[in-house]
Amino acid sequence: MKLLKNLLKSPSFVFGMGLFLATLLLALFGPLFTHLDVNTRVGLAFTPPSGSHWLGTDHLGLDMVSLLIAGLRSSLYVGFLAGTVATIVGTLIGLYGGYKGGLIDDILTVGTNLFLVIPSLIVLILLSSSIENGRSLTLIALIIGCTTWTWSARAVRAQASSLRGRDHVALARINGYGTMGIVLLHIMPYLLSYIFMVFILQTATGILSEASISMLGLGPYDSISLGKILNEAIRNEALSDGAWWAFAPAMVLITVIVFALYIINTSLEGVFNPRLRK
Amino acid sequence: MLKNYPTLKHILGRAGWYFVTFLVAVTINFFLPRLGDANPVDAMMAKASAGLDSASAKEKEEAYLKEFGLVETDAQGHVLRTPQGKPVRTSLGSQFLNYVGMSLRGDLGGSILQHPKRVSEIIKTALPWTLALQLPTIVFGWLLGNVLGALAAYKRGVFDKVMYPLALLTSAIPAFCFGILLVYFFGIRLEWFPASGGYDDGLTPTLSSAFIASASYYYILPFLSVFLIVVGGQAIGMRSMCIYELGTDYVKYAKLLGVKENKILFYMFRNAMLPQLTGLALALGTMVGGALITEMIFSYPGLGMAILTAIEGNDYPLITGCTLLVTVTVLIANFGVDILVGILDPRIKAAQQTGK
Repeated sequence: MKLLKNLLKSPSFVFGMGLFLATLLLALFGPLFTHLDVNTRVGLAFTPPSGSHWLGTDHLGLDMVSLLIAGLRSSLYVGFLAGTVATIVGTLIGLYGGYKGGLIDDILTVGTNLFLVIPSLIVLILLSSSIENGRSLTLIALIIGCTTWTWSARAVRAQASSLRGRDHVALARINGYGTMGIVLLHIMPYLLSYIFMVFILQTATGILSEASISMLGLGPYDSISLGKILNEAIRNEALSDGAWWAFAPAMVLITVIVFALYIINTSLEGVFNPRLRK
Repeated sequence: MLKNYPTLKHILGRAGWYFVTFLVAVTINFFLPRLGDANPVDAMMAKASAGLDSASAKEKEEAYLKEFGLVETDAQGHVLRTPQGKPVRTSLGSQFLNYVGMSLRGDLGGSILQHPKRVSEIIKTALPWTLALQLPTIVFGWLLGNVLGALAAYKRGVFDKVMYPLALLTSAIPAFCFGILLVYFFGIRLEWFPASGGYDDGLTPTLSSAFIASASYYYILPFLSVFLIVVGGQAIGMRSMCIYELGTDYVKYAKLLGVKENKILFYMFRNAMLPQLTGLALALGTMVGGALITEMIFSYPGLGMAILTAIEGNDYPLITGCTLLVTVTVLIANFGVDILVGILDPRIKAAQQTGK
């Protein structure tokens, strides 16, 4: 409760959380207000915004508002799923290596560093272009999660290895806890706030990665995402036709979500780290 | 023997590590695209077999199979056949060995889309554009971002209050969104700058003054779109590093001792700079990736555009060739930063000298 009170005292946290909740609400309840499904043509290609279609139509004459809400839902879904996978993989590897030390730690660290320098977008491109059939939204999210976990593993490892010499960890060892027991019950609880921050950044990375990969034309075949809306708009000359409504709202949505997540992250840092508190 | 040259030892150690990373990257580059069922010869045949009868289509397919090293051949270059008359497929293992050997010689195979052009030829024309766009953007963006971040941390006040949210916002805008905005406003609406391409259509890439002038004109928008984002991201990192350093004991102690402010600032800047340099190494991959997509938005004739056309045309050899090259470039840049950190960081230097 005290934590929540502290958080609510931080204006940037309230601002970031407010922005994020607003997009979340839009994604959850937006479909209640747009009755059009995303496969019905409602007008000519690139019709400008009007009273009945607030954000006009895309190159196929589909309603942009419906498309955007569908895209927002997919992007948030990808972000959460990829963020969860990346956080779990990164945290487990980081905690385990950081606590164990020695050879296992060395191997895990070398592996992590290896995939840290090989650009994850490149691995994403290679993987996504090889699975041309069946590139679903969920699969893309899983692939993103499996390629972006590296820096969180590295960050968590550093934290975990600073905790391994603590007395309560030694006590747990004497009491016969196994490695996994110590890692999960006696080290992880101390890092929960940190891991939560990692999760928020990983979610932002997931949303950005999906947008990047869709921009390259490697997006999901089964759903609309914000990145895919952008890709379609660019490919169909929305820029030179001056149809700003076909790409600007999608960019605003991506930026708002990522910006909100970044702000939440920095404000959490301020609350969790008393050194930064002023 | 190497004991007397600690820096050299450090460099050699890092070089060894990066070589291993390179091998892993080559392996990934070979196996990931082959996970799926897509295969270059099928893609070629889909294009080439139209209007051919089955016999000559078969002949053509065999020629392609041979060209892409997918079948075993004898010393005269004839395709080996099983007793049933089917061509003998090369095993994945020996394909991989061939691939590694060819890659080390700088041969990345043949392109499907632009057959019979070699992938290495296509990359050779694209690479200079990518390097010219990304190297200065990242280096100068990093420098300016760090100076601004340090200033924001030190001055606080209005400067910080305005700078920080601004930097946070620019770093939250994905690089490609920024590119799209610039194209739309300055390229299409205002027509101040060209919206796509790398130089005027009528020119050929030579070192003539007309070409250089045209290329620099086309350079401005893509440069800006990556540059501002790098500046924003780096400024945020440097600001929090500097705020942390300002609160450390050595700064307080130096202040109590009455050390001159400029000197304290210098120490602080130097200490905050090193993690930023390591951060640069880590962020390089992301930055390069972002810039590749920017190239695509501007139809800039670099690697990003090459990857995009390759993806659209299912040109697997070209995709893997480009991704391998991007990876190698990032590895080389990382290696450079690593060595720089080793030379600049007194702690690493001390560790080298004590032989740890």
